[in-house]
Amino acid sequence: MSPLPWLPVRVAAVRRETVRARTLTLDVDGWPGHRAGQHVDVRLTAADGYQAQRSYSIASPPGAPLEITVERLSEGEVSLWLVDEARPGDVFDIRGPIGGYFVWEPSRGGPLLLVAGGSGLVPLMCIERHRRRAAPAIDSTLLLSARGPEDVLYAGELDGAALTYTRRTPDGWTGYDRRIDAAMLAEVAPPPDARPRCFVCGPTAFVEHVAQDLVDLGHHRALVKTERFGASG
Amino acid sequence: MPSISRGFRRRERGGDPTRLPPGQHLEAGFPVLSAGPTPRVPLAEWSFSITGALDAPRRWSWEELRALEPEAVRCDIHCVTSWTKLDTEWDGISLDVLLDGIDTDAAFVTAWCDGGYTTNLPLEDVIGGKAWLAWGYDGRPLAAEHGGPARLLVPHLYFWKSAKWVRGLILRADDEPGFWEQLGYHDRGDPWREQRYQGD
Repeated sequence: MSPLPWLPVRVAAVRRETVRARTLTLDVDGWPGHRAGQHVDVRLTAADGYQAQRSYSIASPPGAPLEITVERLSEGEVSLWLVDEARPGDVFDIRGPIGGYFVWEPSRGGPLLLVAGGSGLVPLMCIERHRRRAAPAIDSTLLLSARGPEDVLYAGELDGAALTYTRRTPDGWTGYDRRIDAAMLAEVAPPPDARPRCFVCGPTAFVEHVAQDLVDLGHHRALVKTERFGASG
Repeated sequence: MPSISRGFRRRERGGDPTRLPPGQHLEAGFPVLSAGPTPRVPLAEWSFSITGALDAPRRWSWEELRALEPEAVRCDIHCVTSWTKLDTEWDGISLDVLLDGIDTDAAFVTAWCDGGYTTNLPLEDVIGGKAWLAWGYDGRPLAAEHGGPARLLVPHLYFWKSAKWVRGLILRADDEPGFWEQLGYHDRGDPWREQRYQGD
């Protein structure tokens, strides 16, 4: 088997999602296509030859132009460049798509339960966008935990999603204002009997307790797929 | 030819670059990667076994294992998602001790775990002082999210080979891809050769 090649990409567009996050649309020749939930390895090369690479989730659904959403981490050299520097016409290399486990396809059925912490929303929005385009008859529940309204990615696409704000709520907010817990999941999620396909993505501690809460509520372990990011800048 | 990214440059970092395999960066924390909910098994029901291509399978209860003389291990660990953490400190038992005197034709092992995870390794990579069954991290019992009560520690390979919640090794004549390996990750996973994915 030959190695997965590094493919040169050109930034086609940059979209501001939040103060700290940008979505980059990438032109890439020879992109083989991807499944919803996969990621790419991004490699940046400096003029002196120095290279750095990180993994980023794909945000765009299969069949749409390739997009990644990147959140700036203060210690992260790759995310700093992608968020603060990159503009249309800039180039770098990617390898992918990568990952065959944290993926969903319409043939895997539903209902879907998507639970996101912060920028863990990225691969889940990829899945949700794919469902909306390819299988709108499949039910989906999206629950997002964000620190405050200014941290919410894709705010224009979250109609019908359940939100909880853990630090700052908008004026007049009457919704959830606490960390996700078993009681919230029981209120929002399809019951275990419905056998929802659960996808949980976010920081380690978030994923750890949400996955445990789902199992405690009676959701089948094998139907709970998780993806965690610790610091990865 | 790599694409040169306008305005991208190295940011100063501490640490010894000779200890950083290609494509890796230093990480101070300890990120967690796993595919599903964290399994939790009572220690009274826990055991570690060596089965497969050997005459007499071996099995240790938690108490039997902990009665063995532990070894302190200090090593660098390398995750395929590109972070490297230097000078991690573990307590555990060398797999050389657990495999000592075994008569086998096997050339590979499959590590299997609570939660259904598996990973494949060449037998040569888990003998000769290169691999441990670890139950302590940083002077404390290994937390469940990091693979406790016990995980493999095979620090010279990418860290997905250091299977969390490990319960046994199956000795095999042939290499049989494990969980991530069936999903496109490399069968051996040597970070110094940057063997991240199949074909690397």
